[in-house]
Amino acid sequence: MAAEHAAVAHNPNIGTTGLDHRKMGMWAFLGSECMFFGSLIGTYLAYKGKSINGPGPHEILNIPLTSVSAFVLLMSSLLMVLALAAVQRNDMKWGKIWLFLTAVFGAGFVGFQIFEFTHFVHLGLTLQTNLFGSTFFVLTGFHGAHVTGGVIWLLAMWWLAVRGKLGPQDSLKVEICGLYWHFVDIVWIVIFALVYLIP
Amino acid sequence: MATHAAFMPGTKVSAGSVIWSWITTVDHKRVGILYGVSAFFFFLVGGVEALIMRLQLAHPDSTLVTAGRFNELFTMHGTTMVFLAIMPMSAAFFNFMIPLMIGARDVAFPRLNALSYWIFFSGALLLHLSFLAGAVPDGGWFGYANLTSHQFSPTHSIDFWMLGLQVLGISSLMAGFNFIVTIINMRAPGMTLMRMPLFVWMSFVVQFLVVLAFPAITVALILLMFDRFFGTLFYAPSGGGDPLLWQHLFWIFGHPEVYILILPAMGIVSEVLPTFSRKPLFGAPVVIYSGIMIGFFGFGVWSHHMFSVGMGPVADSAFSIATMLIAVPTGVKILNWIGTLWGGRIRFSTPLYFSLGFIAMFTLGGLSGVMHASPPVDLQQTDSYFIVAHFHYVLFGGSIFGLFSGVYYWWPKIFGKLLDERLGKLHFWLMMIGFNVTFFPMHFLGLIGMPRRIYTYAPDLGWNFWNLVATIGAFTIALSFLVFLGNVVKTTRSGAPAPADPWDGRTLEWTIPSPPPVYNFAVEPVVHDRDDFWVQKYGDGHGTPPRKPSPPAHVDTSSIHMPPPSYWPILLAGAFLFMMSGALVSIYQVVLGAFLTLFCMIRFMLEYHRPAAGGHH
Repeated sequence: MAAEHAAVAHNPNIGTTGLDHRKMGMWAFLGSECMFFGSLIGTYLAYKGKSINGPGPHEILNIPLTSVSAFVLLMSSLLMVLALAAVQRNDMKWGKIWLFLTAVFGAGFVGFQIFEFTHFVHLGLTLQTNLFGSTFFVLTGFHGAHVTGGVIWLLAMWWLAVRGKLGPQDSLKVEICGLYWHFVDIVWIVIFALVYLIP
Repeated sequence: MATHAAFMPGTKVSAGSVIWSWITTVDHKRVGILYGVSAFFFFLVGGVEALIMRLQLAHPDSTLVTAGRFNELFTMHGTTMVFLAIMPMSAAFFNFMIPLMIGARDVAFPRLNALSYWIFFSGALLLHLSFLAGAVPDGGWFGYANLTSHQFSPTHSIDFWMLGLQVLGISSLMAGFNFIVTIINMRAPGMTLMRMPLFVWMSFVVQFLVVLAFPAITVALILLMFDRFFGTLFYAPSGGGDPLLWQHLFWIFGHPEVYILILPAMGIVSEVLPTFSRKPLFGAPVVIYSGIMIGFFGFGVWSHHMFSVGMGPVADSAFSIATMLIAVPTGVKILNWIGTLWGGRIRFSTPLYFSLGFIAMFTLGGLSGVMHASPPVDLQQTDSYFIVAHFHYVLFGGSIFGLFSGVYYWWPKIFGKLLDERLGKLHFWLMMIGFNVTFFPMHFLGLIGMPRRIYTYAPDLGWNFWNLVATIGAFTIALSFLVFLGNVVKTTRSGAPAPADPWDGRTLEWTIPSPPPVYNFAVEPVVHDRDDFWVQKYGDGHGTPPRKPSPPAHVDTSSIHMPPPSYWPILLAGAFLFMMSGALVSIYQVVLGAFLTLFCMIRFMLEYHRPAAGGHH
């Protein structure tokens, strides 16, 4: 019967619109994340210049250094694209390499951030120093936490690939991870422009 | 069949395996029942808190509870009713009814659905552990800064509140993603968006509100957490911080939250009225559009909660106009509901009573709402009992009446027994009278100057009489819920089994047995109309004849694969609760909890990665 046929052939993750549940779910999640970072960025902007004591952004922020780390993060997006393309064409050798390198570049960004945070604390800027410290560390820290989560996700997928449990039939999982990864990158472009570049 | 046996307790299965099957269930219907039972339990808890407050206020200079205890009571009453009663009761209907109404066999992510419930349960537990710890939250359900700072709240009370709310928010967000995907992606063939039942439509709007509004309170609570745990300055005026930041973030969430609470009830009423008037919903597309408008405008009116903070004439005017505008789509809906009743062949059953109660009471609440949309009026009324009267008319008179209309309407579908009509009507009249006796006098009290949140008052202020009346009303409401409980017990013991379609219904859930089998639909339905089942039975009244019901399909139901149970949702929620509660105990517990959470999360995600041959799907 038709129904039986449907029950057998039906992929449980594909809905009646023909779209995959998981991908649509990730888009809904990213919409929500826009509001999350929007609220954090809004808080930063509302308190910009309201600190009653120093140090302020212009005395502390090192634009050249952070430009390098921003470049590293943006390049990781390119690597993510290469990883997905490799997995899709069943080139798992390069799939593994690109996935691992994406994670390494992401971890590199987090490393830069740890260095930056430590350096700022030495310069006398902590969470408690002034409003700039509170808003800066919480905003960039939550972005860093998102990158860290992404690195763990990428490494988990790389590890699946190493054990031979990731192939072109799983490319959607890589694609969804990529959606998240590119989103986190775009958020950094906004934060970098608003916090570092605009005086 | 085994599926029925497991679904209806009472057959010969060991208690342990029954409990285990509920703990590991991923069936949307069972998750819905879990939500419903929890919500009703917390509704009673919040109700008892309200009764204690009413007893305290029945007489002037009462000493039943102290001022501090009273603060705890109104904080927990508000928090419980909003987050642990009305929201999960709506979630119960989302879970149980949405897949049935769109012709699906489950939600898009069944395990995530179970996870949402267990995270909700964890949040409720964390919030109520504060009673055991002797540090009950006392900062109001809105938790205004800087009442919540270390300086004014040195104990753990606020910590319990903010961590509990954070956990509850995560649960709502996960459910939101799940239902957005379910509604877009799992509709039966032929069910276009405009053919979707109204309850599904209103729920759809609610999921977008949840997904876009909850991040604001998540951030507000994160900033509060940093202020309290790490000494940041977000809400600290001493460091240049502005306590109004909290109010803005809270109400950017808080006002959409109002629509999160009311829209599901509006959806239920929009299902009940056509069924019991035996007429299609009057102007259904307009009801849908106005629901979307309400959701959209809901994000632009938050500052009407803050007229008294002095935002200036421009901001006050803008938010005042937006607030008055939002009354338009709401009023449109009320006219549509009345238009549905007009000329209908009305059957006065209990669900219709509650829906009519909803229309009348919600209209009253809406009218007082439009009054304080005007800043000069609001300045007179703010923080007085007038406001208490207003929001109880929309939340109790609106949401609770609407939700209980749904309880009576869908009870036979959910449990296979019809609730007793006589007791149901008694419940309605007691609740209706008790509700008005309780809350209508609060309008008077507010206008003659009684402020909110005071724990007692002097005898010579002229407030004695109406306060006593309100207390009598509150106990009448309590009595009405005893009648409801009696009805449930009586029906469960000796109620007649409900047929598949007891109300002569219009939508897909009435085409399948009551209670539904685990797989819901043996054959995937094909939809041709908004009131598809009605048109199938009677034609559309414009010349389309009734459709011949397709002959009962001979489907081997054992060949229908449903997702098997999983214990990872409850384990993941447990690990998460362990991590969050660690914030009150020790950093080591947080770190250990974080690793446990990560471990459970990975196991959860890999449970069906590359299933073994012959396994699930």
